[in-house]
Amino acid sequence: MNFPILSVILFAPLVGALLIMVIPREDVRTIRRVGIAFAFLTLILTTIIWVGVAQAGAGEMQYTERYPWIPVFNIWYNLGADGLSAPMLFLTALLTTLSLFYSARTIETRVKEYYLLFLLLEMGMFGVFLSLDLVLFYVFWEICLVPVFLLIGVWGGERREYAAIKFFLYTLVGGVAMLLAIIGVYFQTGTFEIMEAAVARPFAGNFTWASVAFWAFFIAFAIKISSFPFHTWLPDAHTEAPTAGSVMLAGILLKLGAYGLIRIALPLFPGPFHYFVVQMPIIPVMVIMSIVYGALVCMAQWNLKRLVAYSSVAHMGYVTLGVCAAAAGYGMLDTQEALNAAAAGLSGAAMQMFTHGIITGGLFFLVGILYERTHTRDLKAFGGLATQMPYYYSIMMVTGFASLGLPGLCGFWSEFFVFRGAVRFIPIAALIGILGVVFTAACILWKIVQHIFLGTLDKERWGELPDMEWWEKVTLWPLVAIMVFLGFYPTPLLDMFNASVTALLNGLP
Amino acid sequence: MPTALLNLAWFIPLFPFLAFAAIPLFTYRNRKLSHTLVIGGIGAAFVLAQIVFWRAVTLPVGGGEHAFESTLIHWLSAGGERFTLGVYVDPATAVMLFMVPLVCLMIFIYSVGYMNFGTDEVDPRYSRFFSYMSLCATGMLGMVVFNNLLAFFIFWEIMGACSYLLIGFWYEKKSAMQAGLKAFLVTKVGDMFFMLGLVLLYSEVGSLAYRDIFSPETLEYLAHTPFMGTQFPLAAVIALLLFGGTVGKSAQFPLHVWLPDAMEGPTPVLALIHAATMVSAGVFLVVRTFPLFAAVEGGLQMTVVAAIGIFTAIFSSIIAVAQNDIKRVLAFSTISQLGYMVAALGIGAYVAGAFHLIIHAFFKALLFLGAGSVIHGMQRGHHHARENENKHHEQAPHAVGGRVTANPHEEFDPNDMRNMGGLAKRMPRTFWTFLIGGLALSGFPLVTAGFWSKGEILAQAYESFPVVFWVLAAAAGLTAFYTMRQICMVFFGQSRTNAAEHVPESVPSMTVPLIILAVFAISLGWAGIPEHFPVIGGLIPNWFHYFVGSTIEAGHAAEHAAKVVGHMSKAVHGFVWQPLAMGLIFALGGLGLGWLVYGWKPMQAGEMDRVEGTMRKVWLGWLYEAMRDRFYFDEIYQATFIRGSILLADLFYAFDHGVVDGLVNLAGRFGRSVSRVSDWLDANIVDALVNLAGRAGRGISEVSGILDLRVVDRLVDLTGLGTRRLSDLSNVVDLKVIDGAVNGVGDTIQAGGRFIRPTQTGRVQDYLLLAFLMVLALVATFFVILFLQI
Repeated sequence: MNFPILSVILFAPLVGALLIMVIPREDVRTIRRVGIAFAFLTLILTTIIWVGVAQAGAGEMQYTERYPWIPVFNIWYNLGADGLSAPMLFLTALLTTLSLFYSARTIETRVKEYYLLFLLLEMGMFGVFLSLDLVLFYVFWEICLVPVFLLIGVWGGERREYAAIKFFLYTLVGGVAMLLAIIGVYFQTGTFEIMEAAVARPFAGNFTWASVAFWAFFIAFAIKISSFPFHTWLPDAHTEAPTAGSVMLAGILLKLGAYGLIRIALPLFPGPFHYFVVQMPIIPVMVIMSIVYGALVCMAQWNLKRLVAYSSVAHMGYVTLGVCAAAAGYGMLDTQEALNAAAAGLSGAAMQMFTHGIITGGLFFLVGILYERTHTRDLKAFGGLATQMPYYYSIMMVTGFASLGLPGLCGFWSEFFVFRGAVRFIPIAALIGILGVVFTAACILWKIVQHIFLGTLDKERWGELPDMEWWEKVTLWPLVAIMVFLGFYPTPLLDMFNASVTALLNGLP
Repeated sequence: MPTALLNLAWFIPLFPFLAFAAIPLFTYRNRKLSHTLVIGGIGAAFVLAQIVFWRAVTLPVGGGEHAFESTLIHWLSAGGERFTLGVYVDPATAVMLFMVPLVCLMIFIYSVGYMNFGTDEVDPRYSRFFSYMSLCATGMLGMVVFNNLLAFFIFWEIMGACSYLLIGFWYEKKSAMQAGLKAFLVTKVGDMFFMLGLVLLYSEVGSLAYRDIFSPETLEYLAHTPFMGTQFPLAAVIALLLFGGTVGKSAQFPLHVWLPDAMEGPTPVLALIHAATMVSAGVFLVVRTFPLFAAVEGGLQMTVVAAIGIFTAIFSSIIAVAQNDIKRVLAFSTISQLGYMVAALGIGAYVAGAFHLIIHAFFKALLFLGAGSVIHGMQRGHHHARENENKHHEQAPHAVGGRVTANPHEEFDPNDMRNMGGLAKRMPRTFWTFLIGGLALSGFPLVTAGFWSKGEILAQAYESFPVVFWVLAAAAGLTAFYTMRQICMVFFGQSRTNAAEHVPESVPSMTVPLIILAVFAISLGWAGIPEHFPVIGGLIPNWFHYFVGSTIEAGHAAEHAAKVVGHMSKAVHGFVWQPLAMGLIFALGGLGLGWLVYGWKPMQAGEMDRVEGTMRKVWLGWLYEAMRDRFYFDEIYQATFIRGSILLADLFYAFDHGVVDGLVNLAGRFGRSVSRVSDWLDANIVDALVNLAGRAGRGISEVSGILDLRVVDRLVDLTGLGTRRLSDLSNVVDLKVIDGAVNGVGDTIQAGGRFIRPTQTGRVQDYLLLAFLMVLALVATFFVILFLQI
């Protein structure tokens, strides 16, 4: 063993970025090729990691690497992958590869900087999923901000400055809160290591300080998840971001917050988490608002990208709901039945992280494909495109159905397991939350499908629209295939998540 | 192994699925290959299903532990639970396997003709249509064969998606696309309850496999555990939640509104979803989970089911009387018949309910396909009549009738029965088969299957549930009446329009399925003739009752449930003549009355409907209008739920934009004012902050400008990561962006600012300043804390 494969994954994008840096900016082809090649390399490596983790046992950290980094403060360069992070690594690599592939045809300005930033972004996201040290986690967390900020600010739409800065400031505020909490944890436990800190249970004796630290983490994650009421940066950021930027934003960046909830907030602060879910249900109210309110606001949108962004608010609400279910179960996990239910909720949340990445990534690609052709995202401008672009229509139908949680496609499993956990511990939240399923369905079928595809075609305006090009098909097909495959057979993914969340929950009581 | 053949059940849903997938992937350009694949797929499923069915009958399989189960695939895991996927064949599965592929096969063959294959008018999305139909059949078959309620739900929902696609198939028409959406969303409301019931059951039992959830211990537990501190037992709550799914899919009141609108779809679709698949699925759900319903003796859940069933049955048959659209009449009759089945289940007569489910599928598919044949004929006839007229006008160009011929195509409604009449002579095969279907629907005595299935329900209701009996009997009378009205208006008398005079008989690919279905609409009833029936009872054993009855009664599952069922429907054993007599009176009475009103003196063109005329005479015109407008449920839902949701959505968005985002922007503006102040005081603020930060902070504060590289160096030192070396490297490259990107957070903001600055100056800088101040403050705090610690 001891081949540092995780470091290789982590820094491969950086190497790619360095290479791109020395390629002359006029040589756009080589830049694109190098970018895609390095992204593809990480895709292969993360696939190997997935298989390796599945074989070695998804319940424990595998391929760990641990070197002193800033020994004075007990800060370590500490990496590892388990059943929770391995699929997310794969998702990151997959969406990056597809984004770069798709961008090769659509981004013409400042190609060098674009590809460079994208690879740096990939490194940042890998870092968050791989870090086992809080400082390392924080560093990568903030590294992710910069490329996204620039991707929106440079390649974005009309209001890009506003959106970029809003995004940056908003998430920075979260980051500040988190950093303070991390320092607090260090002073309490003397370690920055996530696993050790979880065992040490910071502020265990002082509920007030534990709550403060918990909320500092929680708000940081909630902002990233774009949970109500910290969600308003998301629609703006999405609307202005370039297509691939939106894909990464919705596909991975939102998941960083969710990952933090599961990896840090829940194991380090199960007590306060439990308290603010059950005794003082602030978090369930936020979740319900995200789901139902998010879905309803989604229904009121006429801008296609804004609509998908708000649907993300609702969908990410399911993630938090699943984590809430597990937190609500804290204290009764010594019975097998409660453990199973909590594991189901948490697996559901993790499933939603993965499936939402696949589905919404697909949706943003599809929105981009339409925008490339028509230069509008106004839903009222369309109608009848199903006849004009049947291939596009079919792909959109599959993705849309997956997004509204239709069984037989992957989105269903997440919702099912989240509700399976929630109904056991927080039944009222589950009862109200399930309303979101209907509203989301209404939103997608009524707003997207009906307004764009059905009805009669405006021949004069859209009569010349070409159907999907081959590279667009190549971009979408892997996503569609995963949606269908996991829809019927979610086992490979679910087993990974289940093993690691079960181990996590077993460590709680 | 005698049961080895039953493993074929695995493959039954597979073939239609492959056909569905192959069309969009490969064959969509070739219409003939596409429909061949689909018909071949369902044909293969049909053959396999027949093998499984006969094997199941001859073994025979029973319910509970006597059912055949083969589990192969590790599917899901939650904590320590493992969930295995397998197939499950019990009598209820077997009879569904007999019905579904057979009816689907007929419908698919029929569709070839209906969608005008081989003519100029062939539907442009012909291949897509067959693909969807095949997926719908997959949904139904998958729902039937697997061994757990979760798979049931998955395929159930797939069917829901197909109904959306198929009802809205002609999506150029606004009404069609809205009908599809309505069908999906209304059933989704029911499915929401289904899913809640599902997760609740899963959470309580830890499994959703039939074998586990219907085991006596589980049922005992569910029947005696209260739900969340209320007085209701869990079993009742779960059963009612699951029943929510049935209310949606089987179009029971109050979620019945989607079904009549579904007639916007091509007619074979209606036969498919209103007979063979979707609506049957709802009733089948109750049949499948009946032990749960019956687990609590005399529970609320059965009363609710029965009440909804009888209300739906009578309510929709009243509406059907006042409809003039040939498909709409059938749609309401479907709702009414589903109400019949649900009522039967509600009184514990689940065998009778299942029997009616199977029989109904055959005759209702027959009726819809027959109606499709009529409509298709009317369209042809209209076309033909118009061509004749056009020729006439060409010969006489000065005729003033131009306006009449320019428009009627839009105005002419081939579905309207008032435009028909006298079609019996012109389409004899359609007529005779439709007549058989209609009589079966009315429960015409002895010869039709509908008589036996309806009779059994009435017989079981008679003794214990007089209210149910009388309401259902009245509904049966109304059913017979409107069926006769329909037959008279369509087929008898004189043609009331030109189009009706030119109607041709349909092509054999349409009429042959009609004939086959008609055979079943008669003969299938013989499978369920009560043993004690006078004269012919016992000639053929009441096979259906014994076989399907064993789903519960012979199984170890629910001796408890069996007890309840036995208690609730004691009328099963022994023959009682009163319900038979009443059934006869109502069926024949309804048919006779219908003949008297509509058949004796056929309706003339432009004549007012006779029921309407009569009702208007006795000051009941308002009631007729209410019936015609379906008691305004669509309008009420539109005004409340739909408008309400949209209003709420807009309101929330306004709130989101104004208040939530407003607060965020306010915070931003506040930050801007702060940064303006800092503009005045310039470095003073920074100095102040930095002074606070102590020695390390002072190091930073010595750097005069905030965007100075040395600050960045500090950050780089802090974050490590070797970015330092990168920044050196980047000096080689002239591009400031790259500098910015690799150097770290601070410099990047600067670089970003440089891009943006040309477009908008002051504001961005202010924001950046604020952001940077925060980072700085943070770093300072960090150092202070650290140094205090050391």
